Amino acid sequence: MKENTDTFLKGLWRENPVFVMLLGMCPVLAVSNSVINALAMGLATTFVLIGSSTLVSLLSRFIPKQVRIATYIVIIATFVTVVDYLIQAISLDLYRALGAFIQLIVVNCMILGRAEAFASKNPLGKSLLDALGMGAGFTLALLCLGSVRELLGNGSLLGVAIFGAGFQPWPIMILPPGGFFVLGGWLLLFAWLQERRTARRPEGGLAHAD
Amino acid sequence: MTEQPRGTSIRMIRALSGAAVLSGFLIVFVYQATLPRIAENRRRALEQAIFQVVPGAQHRITFVIGPDGQAQPEGQAKGEGLGIMVYAGYDGDGKLAGIAIEAAGQGYQDVIRILYGYSPQKECVTGMIVLDSRETPGLGDKIETDERFLKNFECLDVRLNQQQTALLHSIESVKRGEKTQAWQIDAISGATISSKAVSKMLDESTRQLLPLLAANLKRIREAGEEVSRQDAKTAK
Repeated sequence: MKENTDTFLKGLWRENPVFVMLLGMCPVLAVSNSVINALAMGLATTFVLIGSSTLVSLLSRFIPKQVRIATYIVIIATFVTVVDYLIQAISLDLYRALGAFIQLIVVNCMILGRAEAFASKNPLGKSLLDALGMGAGFTLALLCLGSVRELLGNGSLLGVAIFGAGFQPWPIMILPPGGFFVLGGWLLLFAWLQERRTARRPEGGLAHAD
Repeated sequence: MTEQPRGTSIRMIRALSGAAVLSGFLIVFVYQATLPRIAENRRRALEQAIFQVVPGAQHRITFVIGPDGQAQPEGQAKGEGLGIMVYAGYDGDGKLAGIAIEAAGQGYQDVIRILYGYSPQKECVTGMIVLDSRETPGLGDKIETDERFLKNFECLDVRLNQQQTALLHSIESVKRGEKTQAWQIDAISGATISSKAVSKMLDESTRQLLPLLAANLKRIREAGEEVSRQDAKTAK
């Protein structure tokens, strides 16, 4: 049981795909300019991750290792196409806001990475938990960036104005450079927290040495 | 690798073909399942845009202007596609309220697509909305939100000359606060390029299409009256 919880939780914190492993930076920087975009992108990626991990885990016995990458890519691309149509059916505005980045989920290395490193070697249940955890971690990270960028760049959260009329928004925060600034800020915070924890129990630091 | 048994090749082909077939089924299934919703979303988005730029419109008929300059209702158009589409909006009594036209042109970052409304009665552009743009947030994207800029399109003068063949005045963009004529567009300071792009695409599009529309106006008017007559019949 503890192992299962751990499989899920590691994606949120200890092996967070964005803040710790720095995977899938392209969508992280590109579409985290508002909370709603970040949330939609996070959920879309989670959906693809869950779908592909499920299939890869179920089919791994039948996939010869010479063609595994090609097969994984086909499976991932299938789910990306599915999510592309689903988002168009849900809202065209959202689809327009996310633009090409939906299709680019195919090349999010986090997804191929989980298929190769985890789903192909683990049973269905564990793979699903891993995909859920990683997806949640990815969504969380996108939300961390999205909320800060929308707040500073547009003075709002989820489209609702937070500051009074006197607030002068910083458009740079919703432009690409803002993505780098905010990501840098969060990485700094994460590294600092990690360091503080290691410093507090010097021997325990070995448990998750890089 | 050279000594691998033949069985391995077959397994590899089987795995890849299996994945492809599975993928094919899944994608086509989802495509078919979502198609009606997506088409409906697109239709509603377009309709909303049309009704926004053509005040008073309650329903619309799409016309295709063919290469011969004749406007035909969509579906009845002869010949191969390649026509220009315009959307005629009618009020509740089937009277022509205005015509919505799509225009596009190069903006600061990428192509901007807009939809504008044209009122043949008032001879002006009655509204403009941006359908698609990648203009800089906070600067160029003000063409979508700046109230003073959008006010230009409440009634932008696009009168035709007597022969109905060309615009009397071409649409031009002027610096903020220097607008003196009804055919000028008061640009946004800080978004000059985007404002100019909008005025240029409006100018090109009206120059090309308004004379064509003028020639087809009778047919476009009658189409709406016919629909409302049919509606009245079915209502009875």
